[in-house]
This record gives sequence, structure tokens and C-alpha cells, in this order.
Amino acid sequence: MKPVVIDARRLLCPMPVIRVQNRVAELSAGTLVKVVCSDPGALNDIPSWCRINGHRVVKSSRTEDEYLVVLQVGEG
Amino acid sequence: MTQQRKAVALISGGLDSLLAAKLVQEQGIHVAGINFFTGFCVEGHTHAIRRQSGDKPKRNNALWVSEQLGIKLHIVDIIEEYKQVVFNPKYGYGANLNPCLDCKIFMVRKAHQWCQQNDFDFIITGEVVGQRPMSQRKDTMPMVSQKSGAEDLLLRPLSARNLPATLPEREGWVDREKLLGLSGRSRKPQIALANRFGFEEYAQPAGGCCFLTDAKYSSKLADLWQARGSRQYELDDIMLLKVGRHLRPKPHFKVIIAREEGEGNFLRGYRKQYLSIDSLSHLGPIALIDGEVDAQDIELAARLVARYGKGRDQAQVEMEIRTPAGASYPLKIEPLTAAKIPEQWLL
Repeated sequence: MKPVVIDARRLLCPMPVIRVQNRVAELSAGTLVKVVCSDPGALNDIPSWCRINGHRVVKSSRTEDEYLVVLQVGEG
Repeated sequence: MTQQRKAVALISGGLDSLLAAKLVQEQGIHVAGINFFTGFCVEGHTHAIRRQSGDKPKRNNALWVSEQLGIKLHIVDIIEEYKQVVFNPKYGYGANLNPCLDCKIFMVRKAHQWCQQNDFDFIITGEVVGQRPMSQRKDTMPMVSQKSGAEDLLLRPLSARNLPATLPEREGWVDREKLLGLSGRSRKPQIALANRFGFEEYAQPAGGCCFLTDAKYSSKLADLWQARGSRQYELDDIMLLKVGRHLRPKPHFKVIIAREEGEGNFLRGYRKQYLSIDSLSHLGPIALIDGEVDAQDIELAARLVARYGKGRDQAQVEMEIRTPAGASYPLKIEPLTAAKIPEQWLL
């Protein structure tokens, strides 16, 4: 299954989380979501948001100037 | 069976909202958090922009607080709606461009609407009587309840015993005796309570959580409005006010100069929107020019930027001028001396 991609580059905390939150609200449980960010804080904030809202972080990684989080939408 | 009552807590990420929510949670109330993003929040952005290589984790404290409490957090983007609060505060500004009373009324009103839409019973804030000069006074706190429309559904657990009983207290959803009667600016009772609950780490921003309470920030915002001839802003404008040195050599343009690497990286992201200046011959900061400029203005801006680079004492340095469209050209200039930069240029 292809993940839903959210481009949150050039957005600073908490905007990447808000983008994810609003998009995930429209998705069904089990959907994979790939978030691309340029704010390093996203590597803490998106997993934190996932933990409190019942979603699962599948993968997080960084390249030189981009940060990637893949999550799976939970039951909510 | 007793009905499970539900409260929404305004979570700023600071200690007071953490404690207020915890006090109510301890009484068996289901608590969810709500956090409003105005664009002026100190939380998050500043940490993300600066000290990229710092040791402290770059976390969002509202999320962190919610994790400590084990509650869900709803972050709400109110950037557009909030402009009217900033432009036309009915109850005026505080010491700077901070419309604290209008802001609190606005946020409680939004939280009240959220309560109604999500079938929650009441609202919690971390307000303490006498803690803030504008929005947290004995005479203004009842105004917030009234003008927001929340009325007696707004509970301030840290100061409840100094205030008239709210509906959740009168109905016995929460036990008023287990709430507190804090007042004043001392932080000692909150710190003691944090220790009692076992919270070892928490944020206590000295100037509150909003850039509008900051004199320098407010003065830069006032300058922006004056230069543009109207009280308007977009998110990028107010983000850029948080970053770099802002100097206005002439009324029609200003220069934003990065102060360190993190700010440089952030400003670099705006090169497609603003004319930018970089140093070619020496190490130096990147800068943006905000305003309509001609060749003379660009030269003046480049000389100014060179003043903050390693070549500041050279007779001539080479800078790169880049247009938003991506075209660039080198420019040889003489850096301005400190004496040639009038104090009033610095915003």
C-alpha cells in the first residue's frame, strides 16, 4: 500500500504536527502516512503526537537537511 | 451509575496548565488537552530556528505535558482568526502589543465551542489570580468567563477557592475542597505541587508563552505595520520577526541578518520570496531584504551585511546578490564601519 505523503517542509513546530493531525483525521486505521519535514523538532513532536493519540511510528530518519517520519494510523 | 464527566484543558506547555489539568484528573474527570497556535507562540519555533546543535531536546512542551498527563492533545491553528484579536483588542494592549485579556477571552470561547462540539462538560485553565497584570486579575478573570460565553463552565483549579463556585463544583463533579486557592506571582506553591505529583521537569518561560509580550518583538511588529502603511501580517512576516537582526536603513526597506547558523538555515528557506545577500569572499551571515529596492539600496544593504562578516575590517569584500527568481551576481563593496550604522537603524 502506497503511503499518504505529507510535505511539511519549511514549516516549523507545531505546524508539521497540525498538518499531520488534520490529515490523519480523514484517514482510516491502518493507513500509512509519510511526513517529510525540515524542522528537526518534528522527529520528537510527531512521534510524541502519535503516542498520545494512539498512532504508531513505523520509521523515522534524517538526511542532511530533511527529516522523515512514517506512521500508521491507529484506531483513534 | 455516575456519568463520566469530561473536561478540556487549555494546555500551553507550562507548569500551571499541567498542574491544573492534573488536579482535575485526580478527581476522576476525563481530561483532553487543547492548544491554540497563534503564530506568536514562543513554544517550538524559536527552539527550532536557533541552537540547532544544542543539547536540549527540541520538543513541543504542550505535547510533552500531554504525554505526562496521558491525555490527548488537539492543536488548533488559529493564525487567521487571531489577527482580529491583535489588530483590534477591545480591552487594549498590555505593556507591549500583547492583547492578553482579549486573547484569553478568545481562547476560552474557542475551547467552549470545542466542548459543545465534542460533548465535553467544562473547561480548565491554569490561571492564577494576580499572576498576570492584565488577564489574571481578580476583576478580569470573571470577565473572561462572562465574555467568552463559558460562564460558570470555566474552572481554574489552581485558584478556584478564590473565585465563585463554578457549575462543576456546585454539581459535585469536582470537589472544591480538593482544588487550590493560589494567588499572586510566587511560583513556590506550583513548584511544591509539581514535586508532590512527581513532575521533575517542566517549562517555566519567564515572559510567558507569547512573543507579543516581548518589547523588542512588539517594536519590530510596530515597525512592520508602519513601513507597510497598514496593520496586516502573514505568518511568514511574524516568523521572520523572531529571527535575526532587523535593521532599517531607509523607510522603504529593511535588512534581516542571521545571527547564527540555525537562523542562516532558516533565512535561506526564504530566498525565493526575498532578495538575499550572501558573503562570497569571507565567512559571513546570509541576509534578506524586505522592501522594494534599487541598486543603491542593494549596495547599502550589502555593505551593512558585510559589517557582520569576517571581512568587516577589509577595504573590499565580495558579496552575492540573489533575486527571488534565482538569478545571482557578485558585488564588490566596502563594509560599513560600526560608526556608519546609526543606532536607530536597529529595530
